[in-house]
Amino acid sequence: MNTGASTFSQGVDLSLYIITGISLFFLIGITVVMIYFVIRYNKKRNPKATNIEGNFTLEVVWTVIPTLLVILMFYYGWMGYKPMRQVPDNAMEITVYGQMWKFSFEYPDGRITDTLVVPINQPVKLNLVARDVLHSFYVPAFRVKEDMVPGKDNFLWFEANREGRYDVLCAEYCGMLHSFMLSSITVVNQNAYDEWLTAAPIVTDEHPGLAILKQNACLTCHSQDGSKIIGPSFKGVYGRTQLVETNGETREILVDDEYITRSIYEPNADIVQGYMRGLMISYENIISEEQVADIIDYMKTLK
Amino acid sequence: MTTATTDLNFFQVKRGLFSWIFSIDHKRIGLLYLYSLMTFFLVGVTLGVLMRLELLNPGKDIMEAQTYNQVFTLHGVIMIFLFIIPSIPAVFGNFFLPIMLGTDDVSFPRLNLLSWWIYIIGSIMALSTLVFGDGPADTGWTFYVPFSVNTTTNVTMSVLAAFVLGFSSILTGLNFIVTIHRLRAPGMSFMKMPLFAWSLYATSWIQLLATPIIGITLMMIVAERFFGVGLFDPSIGGDPILYQHLFWIYSHPAVYIMALPAFGIISELLPTFSQRTIFGYTAIAFSSLAIAFVGYFVWGHHMFTSGMSGTGRIVFSIMTFLVAIPTAIKVFNWVATLYKGSINVQPPLLYALAFIFLFSIGGLSGLVLGALATDIHLHDTYFVVGHFHYVMFGGTGFAFFGALHYWFPKIWGKMYNITVANIAFVIFFIGFNVLYFPMLVVGLMGMPRRYYDYLPEFHIPNMISTFGSWILVTGLLLMLGNLVAGLFNGKKTGRNPWNSISLEWQTPSPPPLANFDKLPELPEGGPYNYKND
Repeated sequence: MNTGASTFSQGVDLSLYIITGISLFFLIGITVVMIYFVIRYNKKRNPKATNIEGNFTLEVVWTVIPTLLVILMFYYGWMGYKPMRQVPDNAMEITVYGQMWKFSFEYPDGRITDTLVVPINQPVKLNLVARDVLHSFYVPAFRVKEDMVPGKDNFLWFEANREGRYDVLCAEYCGMLHSFMLSSITVVNQNAYDEWLTAAPIVTDEHPGLAILKQNACLTCHSQDGSKIIGPSFKGVYGRTQLVETNGETREILVDDEYITRSIYEPNADIVQGYMRGLMISYENIISEEQVADIIDYMKTLK
Repeated sequence: MTTATTDLNFFQVKRGLFSWIFSIDHKRIGLLYLYSLMTFFLVGVTLGVLMRLELLNPGKDIMEAQTYNQVFTLHGVIMIFLFIIPSIPAVFGNFFLPIMLGTDDVSFPRLNLLSWWIYIIGSIMALSTLVFGDGPADTGWTFYVPFSVNTTTNVTMSVLAAFVLGFSSILTGLNFIVTIHRLRAPGMSFMKMPLFAWSLYATSWIQLLATPIIGITLMMIVAERFFGVGLFDPSIGGDPILYQHLFWIYSHPAVYIMALPAFGIISELLPTFSQRTIFGYTAIAFSSLAIAFVGYFVWGHHMFTSGMSGTGRIVFSIMTFLVAIPTAIKVFNWVATLYKGSINVQPPLLYALAFIFLFSIGGLSGLVLGALATDIHLHDTYFVVGHFHYVMFGGTGFAFFGALHYWFPKIWGKMYNITVANIAFVIFFIGFNVLYFPMLVVGLMGMPRRYYDYLPEFHIPNMISTFGSWILVTGLLLMLGNLVAGLFNGKKTGRNPWNSISLEWQTPSPPPLANFDKLPELPEGGPYNYKND
């Protein structure tokens, strides 16, 4: 297991060692006794078995001892977990958006990033927002994980105590590219963090349509350079005539405002020839009509 | 005393396909289940091997992400709903429960046949997704919403299949409960029943009471998909977490539907091959009921990271730890049963001993997942995948194959090659550990489950695990090949080749149609005291 890098690591690892220690003791004990009996009381050595119905004292002993031990294990598990729900008042709040198949982070000053940069020894509270289906925000090095559930305000918090770059993984299955839904947290000292804050601009000069495409992870599946990923590329798509399959029939359509809007809101209505059905969800409640207009405006620039 | 008709065993009384698929003889129905279960099991194994092959290296090895997702879903659906839930009760419960109770059949033989037919229909529905619709579901066997409502793959057919299979499970449970209450041989009180019957009794109550919940829950998915009722959709007042509660209210007790019958098998194997009575009969019998009961109140541990309240998580964690106590009691009593026995090391005993070892790893790794702090880290990682394969396959799977080797001469009156069976066992056991132990390791390292591709640091354990799958399959094929060879060319055995001390071996092997020629006599002092001279 990797070395912990948050204030929770110690409590989690301690309970892991205690439970694993007790478990190993019993596993080895049971196995050794079992093998010993099989050898010692083999029918060659012991041709006549002795019937023993049971032993009340033994039953009591091996009920009481496991009971005490499981209470002990529960206790350490609980103690390691308890601080995970007690967010310090001085925690910095960041909103995390999860959607197929991308995490994005919104800082208090409004900047939106793909990866997280946080200062060391600073409690950070992450408000977890799922935009489409279930996801789970998992940082193995910090020993934290919490599901992102649509319509539910889940959160987690952590305080990193070691500088470095740590993986963020999605731990709740979320469809085709679940295993590619990755990000990272970079833990830096306060100076470096302040520097990063001032260096990285909040407002970019990129096209608003491109910003929406990035924010909604559209570019995970649709390229801008004509290459085929999972869905059709956006390059030169606007104004083109295209063969699509609608309800099992092939027809020719013109890629115009109406078609693009429909592709975003009812992605399985028309499928471009050579692509698979059912890989994209409807963005009807996620991308507004004004935003669709921005996207169309941006697509027109991709000649 | 014997007449011409009673000399015939249950294979000989009638012949032909229809005499099997419309048979109401519990023994034939048990074998129908065995043949169909094994077929689906081999399909599930094939899918599992393909998954491991894909995970040999990071990046694409043999299939695309979407295919992989459908493969692991179908692997789960087949192994859970088509193999492991029915496995021991439907095959060995059907065949042996009436014999072990000293009676001639289950209480409702026609219902028993119906439950096999329902099982076959449900299984065909589940496999039909390979051919019809937009491909097999890609949701995982848990069908979590909202994804299962949004995806265009054939989720509807998969959940309908699970719905239909549920009825088969309910009917078998109902049949066994009534049989155990009504048809025990004269003089056989509950406390004189074989422990396998006890474990089926506890299992049957779970099947009867918990299965309807999954039926309703799965219908809710269909309603969501077709009518958008809004049960689980938060934008119109539903709640995705509601689904998880409903799903696990059944599916956690279902784990005990899978595990309890295996405990019963072990409680039969150990006395026979130790040539002595079971240690702590009462403790083992009642711990089954305790597990079945407490098992109803632990489902929340599948949702420790879903955003449940702190109180909820603490309560479910305590309850989860409580299940460990009756389970530990069973293990200690089993080991004590070997004490001062006269131990005959035969293939079925090897499976029983392997069961105790592997199930202990499975159960003890479950403690790591039951504790809150460690579960937060390990939830939905490969540690969980390793854990439940140790419990389900290392536990129930090994008990199933142990039972198959144990009762093989009882069912067919023939013996397989013992040496080959021992060699197959060793390969199978080694392969199992090489396959699943690295999953525990890679889970601790932080690799999430249901992963088509993984980061480079997870490569080595994944590679070892894939090698393990090849060893395991070698052992499995050798084992099954040996059994099939024994079926055709096995040497005829007498009534009781293992010198077993329990009731089912008191009648000829294979048993006659009515199981016993005359009412069986019960021995003094419990079910494991038949004398063999």
